Amino acid sequence: MLLEVDQVAKSFGTDPAKVQVLQGVSLRLAAGETVALTGESGSGKSTLLHLCAGLDRPDQGQIRIDGADIGAQSDSGRAGMRRNAIGIVFQQFNLIPSLDVAANLAFQARMAGRLDAARIATLADRLGLADLLHRYPDQLSGGQQQRVAIGRALAGAPALILADEPTGNLDEATGAAVMDLMLDLVADAGAGLLMVTHSEKLAARMDRRLHLSSGRVA
Amino acid sequence: MRRAVLQALLSHWRRHKLQGLSLFLGLAIATALWSGVQAINAQARASYDDAARVLGQNRLERLVPPPDAVISEQTYVVLRRGGWRVSPVLSGMWQGDVRVLGIDPSTLPMGSAPAQIGQGLPIQDFITPPGLGYAAPETIALLKDTPGLPPLTPVPDLAPGLVMVDIGIAQGLLGREGQISYLLVDPVQPLVQAPLGDLAPDLTRQAPDAGNDLARLTDSFHLNLTAFGFLSFAVGLFIVHGAIGLAFEQRRPLFRTLRALGVPLRDLITMLLAEIVLLTLVAAGAGMVLGYLIAAWLLPDVAATLSGLYGAAVSGELALRPQWWGAGFAMAFAGVALASGQSLWRLARLPVLAPAQPRAWLRASVRSLRWQGLVAILLALAGIGLAWRAEGLIAGFAMLAALLLAAALLLPVLLAALLALAERLGDRAMLRWFWADTRQQLPGLSLALMALLLALAANVGVTTMVSSFRQTFTGWLDQRLASELYVTAADEAQGAALRDWLAPRADAVLPIWDVTAQAAGRPVAVYGVADHATYRDHWPLLDATSDVWDRLAMGDALLVNEQLARRAGLSVGDPLSVAGLPAPLTIAGVYSDYGNPLGQVIVSVDTLVTHFPDVPKLRHGIRIAPDRADDLRRAMQDELGLSPDQITDQAAIKAFSLGVFEQTFAVTGALGVLTLGVAGFAILTAQLTLAAMRLPQLAPVWGVGVTRRHLAGLELLRAVLLTALTMIFALPVGLLLAWVLLKIVNVAAFGWELPMGLFPRDWLLLGGIALLAGGAAAAWPAWRLARLQPARLLGVFAHER
Ligand SMILES: Nc1ncnc2c1ncn2[C@@H]1O[C@H](COP(=O)(O)OP(=O)(O)OP(=O)(O)O)[C@@H](O)[C@H]1O
Ligand SMILES: [Mg+2]
Repeated sequence: MLLEVDQVAKSFGTDPAKVQVLQGVSLRLAAGETVALTGESGSGKSTLLHLCAGLDRPDQGQIRIDGADIGAQSDSGRAGMRRNAIGIVFQQFNLIPSLDVAANLAFQARMAGRLDAARIATLADRLGLADLLHRYPDQLSGGQQQRVAIGRALAGAPALILADEPTGNLDEATGAAVMDLMLDLVADAGAGLLMVTHSEKLAARMDRRLHLSSGRVA
Repeated sequence: MRRAVLQALLSHWRRHKLQGLSLFLGLAIATALWSGVQAINAQARASYDDAARVLGQNRLERLVPPPDAVISEQTYVVLRRGGWRVSPVLSGMWQGDVRVLGIDPSTLPMGSAPAQIGQGLPIQDFITPPGLGYAAPETIALLKDTPGLPPLTPVPDLAPGLVMVDIGIAQGLLGREGQISYLLVDPVQPLVQAPLGDLAPDLTRQAPDAGNDLARLTDSFHLNLTAFGFLSFAVGLFIVHGAIGLAFEQRRPLFRTLRALGVPLRDLITMLLAEIVLLTLVAAGAGMVLGYLIAAWLLPDVAATLSGLYGAAVSGELALRPQWWGAGFAMAFAGVALASGQSLWRLARLPVLAPAQPRAWLRASVRSLRWQGLVAILLALAGIGLAWRAEGLIAGFAMLAALLLAAALLLPVLLAALLALAERLGDRAMLRWFWADTRQQLPGLSLALMALLLALAANVGVTTMVSSFRQTFTGWLDQRLASELYVTAADEAQGAALRDWLAPRADAVLPIWDVTAQAAGRPVAVYGVADHATYRDHWPLLDATSDVWDRLAMGDALLVNEQLARRAGLSVGDPLSVAGLPAPLTIAGVYSDYGNPLGQVIVSVDTLVTHFPDVPKLRHGIRIAPDRADDLRRAMQDELGLSPDQITDQAAIKAFSLGVFEQTFAVTGALGVLTLGVAGFAILTAQLTLAAMRLPQLAPVWGVGVTRRHLAGLELLRAVLLTALTMIFALPVGLLLAWVLLKIVNVAAFGWELPMGLFPRDWLLLGGIALLAGGAAAAWPAWRLARLQPARLLGVFAHER
């Protein structure tokens, strides 16, 4: 099993102002599977994704990627997992401001040691970034930045893709095109995709759909 | 992975060249000022060490004869036979300006001559006429066409102006056959030896540090320089701290992204450390070269100052010394470690998901300001405690450091309070925004403002010190040089003729005669003065009995200078015996004697002549109506055949004395100006760095209809305002600095205290320069803001998240 989340609980803050965001969330995602994660704003979708990526630790429960418990890893171990096995598209695009589009696209693949120039060229092409390769992030529109972030996550051909509203800033047509691309690549590589979305339409195109409410998966 | 990450980290500097440059320059300039001063110090110290080593002055005990006597070869032989391991030295001036030092190579204690001479000395050639001489290369260059000296061999370690020969050769050169000036006592002595009192009752043992005034005075000068170098380095550190802090804060989103994408924290920190080390190596290296240039540029001044003031010869050439490089790099690394430690520590503790906005950092934290205020107050208390309890140079400088640091830490606290008050008082919307925005910017600017504060305070302190010194010194010269003309006779016969000739023509002829004697265990100059109104009206007495001049004239009292009084712990009313006078005399007064490192005693001229009948009676002061002075001078030349350089008028002496003094502070002045320049640069870089980060604050104001030019004007106004406030705060701090320098450090170092004057005109000038610097530093960022593309401001709205 690619990703296993077992009875995970997570809260923020201390007692009087404590927010119990997740309480006993479990989910499973196999290689090649695509899963949509929905839920109203503030329901904890981003939090869950961050936990899966090992960016934060759960209060309770276990998260395993390819059978390895993320919680048991050191900082370097978790960083290595993110580098080699996971592609993340953040809700905030998190591009590197001092690198141009081309370098941003190649960045994660280089870190994982899987730089494939042809793949990046194809990605840039299909994401509509071919003419923007030498621009810097602050010279891009919000949607363009988001597409670079998607390209960066996909470039290294990771086993698991975690995406937080990747099409939130895109118009419907572009969003649909980007979605097609992601699904294609996931299918080609046999990767798993866990994607947060508010769009019913997009959710409907995925294999499965999980709804988060009151800190639990329904 | 490493390469990709390193590239991402370095790409920041490619996109923020100015910030990189400011970091580099800040570090380089800080290192330059520090190492430049160190280079000067090291150079000058090495010169004295050489001089001292050659004389064995600091390290070896000596046997010295009574004042104006010499030791005979007979005495020397008696001592050697009695088991005393001593070595004879003859020291004298040859043809006026070359000091000839005669030594005896066979008995010279180990290590008292430069190594080059000790080893492989061709003894036979050295001791048989014409002998061999050793001298520093620059001395040889000066003397190369002078006949009469033995062939000279260059030895770089020898003091300038000194020629070292065998004692027999020296006796011939100086025409002092059979004479010995003093005997060096070998540190290694046999267990059994006859008592000195039996062998040579008239010789006294002089402890190694008795002749050490020179070293002490020059030490204080160096301590002063070092203090200023340190201050400059501190100013530079504030810049580096600010620049590194900003560089880290600005890259926080980058660090966060890198970690989210899978860079382990340890690797990230390692790479940042490598980046810092590399930067420090390059910047400090550049700083060392710059420091060397500064040192080379200042060194002639320093050399002139030291020889003018203390009679210490320093060679005017700079040598690159390895320890100087080592110390420079060490300081740079220590400074960078201090400046970046906090940033790295914060990065290490930063959770991956923490908000990445650097804006959070710009927000003034009330709690940290409170802490800062507390630390400042504690430091100030420590400083006051030191002033209360401690004495001496080190304590004085420690106190200075505590007070300056306290003032620097207090500055942002005070400014924040002032701005909060202004914000509450302002009623127009724009005005309130201005105050609030200024307060928000304070944390980003405060390091640069602290640097400015230190630089300004140092300048106020130094100008106050110099002006106080100048005022006192000029006043004192007016008193001391009250006579219209000073004339020096060539010999005793001419002196007597001169006095007879002058008696009917001048209002008064005042002898200025002196001998060297021992008093209170140290050598002093004993002067005799006539009973004349010139002294009663003008002499700069610090403390005296009411009938001081009457008692002096009667011959039962004497005066001492401040230096002697302080060093020997004497005050008015104490008895003082002077070797050569039959009985102790009461001290009737203490007078100031600036710039003179030695002790001085004044008795009546009758007393002097009676008890020191051999006193050279050559120098005289002449009182005459100023409009007749010129005629008299010409008459002396025509009728008595005096040469023009035997007669000096008051103005010339004064100019010469003032010139010596001015040079002392030329160096400190130059350093002060440099430091101010560095602080101005700090403000510029802080403004430039902040300018980019401030767009999110400015954009909304621009959005509601304030023009970019108006905003730029406000930025300029803000810079000038903050500079002015800093200057106002720097004034009392600088005065405090001057007070410590004059009342504590100067006394500890020089042995005299200076009255402190206030010089508002200097402050106005300095304030003007500071405002100009602050305005100039803000001008460019403001200009850039005025011409900023609206797209950049709009971008803030587009990317606001
Ligand atoms: N670092 C934090 N400290 C405190 N509370 C937090 C923190 N991060 C998230 N929260 C809270 O946890 C809850 C879940 O946040 P999360 O970002 O996971 O929501 P989301 O489902 O992604 O919402 P959206 O659809 O708006 O992105 C929210 O109430 C949020 O305020
Ligand atoms: Mg979210």
